[in-house]
Amino acid sequence: MAAVADMATDRPAEGERGGLAHSNATRGFWLLVAIGAFVAVVLLSIGVGSRNIPLATVFDGLFHYADTDEHAIIQGLRLPRTVLGILCGIALGLSGALIQALTRNPLADPGILGVNAGATFFMVLGIGLFGFTTLSSLIWFAFAGAVVTTLVVYAIGSSGRGAATPVRLTLAGVAIGAILGGIGTGLTMIDPQTFNAMRHWVGSLASPNYPDIVTILPFWTVGVVLAIAAARPLNAVALGEDLAAALGASLVRTRVIVVVAVTLLAGSTAAIAGPIGFVGLMVPHVARWIVGPDQRWIIAFTIVLAPILLLVSDIVGRIAMRPGELQVGIVTAFVGAPVLILLARRRKASGL
Amino acid sequence: MTIAHTPAVDFGRAVRIVRIAGGRVAERIDLRTAAVCLIVLAFTAVVAVWTLMTGDFPVTPGEVLQALFGEASRRVEMVVVEWRLPRVLLAVVLGAALGMSGAIFQSVTRNPLGSPDVIGFEAGAYTGALCVIILWHGGYYEVATGALAGGILTAVVVYFLAYRQGVQGFRLIVVGIGVGAMLTALNTYLMLKAQLQVAMTAAIWGAGTLNGVGFDKLVPASIAIAGLMLVAVFLARPMRQLEMGDDAAGALGIRPERARLALIFLGIGFTATATAAAGPISFVALAAPQIARRLARSPGVALVPSACLGALLLAVADLAGQRTFAPTQLPVGVVTVSIGGLYFAWLLIREARRK
Repeated sequence: MAAVADMATDRPAEGERGGLAHSNATRGFWLLVAIGAFVAVVLLSIGVGSRNIPLATVFDGLFHYADTDEHAIIQGLRLPRTVLGILCGIALGLSGALIQALTRNPLADPGILGVNAGATFFMVLGIGLFGFTTLSSLIWFAFAGAVVTTLVVYAIGSSGRGAATPVRLTLAGVAIGAILGGIGTGLTMIDPQTFNAMRHWVGSLASPNYPDIVTILPFWTVGVVLAIAAARPLNAVALGEDLAAALGASLVRTRVIVVVAVTLLAGSTAAIAGPIGFVGLMVPHVARWIVGPDQRWIIAFTIVLAPILLLVSDIVGRIAMRPGELQVGIVTAFVGAPVLILLARRRKASGL
Repeated sequence: MTIAHTPAVDFGRAVRIVRIAGGRVAERIDLRTAAVCLIVLAFTAVVAVWTLMTGDFPVTPGEVLQALFGEASRRVEMVVVEWRLPRVLLAVVLGAALGMSGAIFQSVTRNPLGSPDVIGFEAGAYTGALCVIILWHGGYYEVATGALAGGILTAVVVYFLAYRQGVQGFRLIVVGIGVGAMLTALNTYLMLKAQLQVAMTAAIWGAGTLNGVGFDKLVPASIAIAGLMLVAVFLARPMRQLEMGDDAAGALGIRPERARLALIFLGIGFTATATAAAGPISFVALAAPQIARRLARSPGVALVPSACLGALLLAVADLAGQRTFAPTQLPVGVVTVSIGGLYFAWLLIREARRK
């Protein structure tokens, strides 16, 4: 309803709607620029830290491994951390882009389907009731929480006749998130030990290891493939439900694909790195600002831009309080929020 | 045999007009809304008496009434009037304040998800309180002052960041979310740096709690809220007119930007008082106006029914928080979130069935 009214009343001028880049050539050019920035940030992420490593040594450490201290730091710590950052960044950005396109709500983030609330709640159960303490065993709790919660939210959102509409999915996510959050907080408050563990569960890339990364990799891969496959039907959905059906896009199938992809991507990130906000909310806005409303371009840019934001936040977290570190989950809001506020102060927020 | 007669014409809602002082003051009173308010208030009274009865020292309903009228034994009177009464009264008063502030923000942002959170107030208040608790180890009044200062400062910053030739609802929401996210990150950082015991104290305050409330805390909060309600009487009508859109409201003789600013200040005043007295209690402001709207079947959110439902919600939540895990007392804010969320989910399912 609201979307239809928007289209009728304030249809933006042609240039405004198209974003900053008007032709596919310019979009391709900007994508190359973004990829260049991405490579630079990756090298920085490997080189910068409590011990700075010069660029030449970074290349040597990556391609001609010799058993020096610096090479060991690169291969054992910085490289897996950077790989984790890239995977999580892509997952967060993609799930944000998908959920914003599906709900056509610029404020939607992956947390809106209850993914983070569910992961947190199951973590509380795992620590408080079953006494697990190591992060590796808790990955499965967090992941199961994300999946179960999304299923419940989808069930409530699609109860009664007809398919789940985006508005009802959103409201159901808010409601379930509130219930789980309330009960989870209550449980932590009657048990100081659980409280202490949960207090430290802040989104972080600081303790990466390859076995954990390999554990989530299958879910991540399926999620990314589904996300890319959903780009075209989402373009049709953006025209309105009736028109999308008339163009031959299956609404129900698109929604199911998107919900599954978001759950896999956001769930695996929450499981391995904890709750990281703002990347999923912000990056799709920036991508839309550059390329306009075509989901295929938005998704391509998101895949490059989201890891840049996450890695930059991680680097800032490493050097802001040397020799200590700030968790990336704390830094993303400080890096991202000013950009979001600037975007909101533009004359027209990038419409969906 | 008579045939059930349904009128062919819909005469609208049953309304009585009350005139005071020879018609100089007149008010239209919607009968269904009035009935809903009275019933909700009656429920609130029942819950209040129930709360006065229960606890480690059980009291009969008769003894409660005797104690309230000053005719019970010294011991019963101390338990009921001095220990339990201020807490119940504060729950009712703060619930009403939160309900009204929710109604104001939902009306101003024209969004059923609008609440004082939107303008970043509660995140800012939490930051202020955390600074006082963790950095200065302040007591009740210092924490309340810190929360007020943090909340109001944040709200002012959000308002000015969102101001560009007037404040538009959508931009206010986005800016509020951005500022709120930064403050939430800061709060997480402060919690990580604190010692466990201090952090738990801070977290309980942060959830909103009525534990350990006495008359000394009830009286200032009640006076502040009574004053704000007096202001609300004069702003209720501009709020209705603003809901019709800025142009229509301007044509009806009010200045939209000024009225909106006054309403936002009033809403913040209510929330600020409640936050200073008991911490940031969430979800009452969000849920009360929506529940009231559905019970009264009114077209928009309204102040008085929202206040009544807020009072009932907070009274019920506090009773549940005291008794569920007794003797451990849950912060009331934790209970309001769970109850509010359950209600929300139930409402969604029910609406789906009906369609």
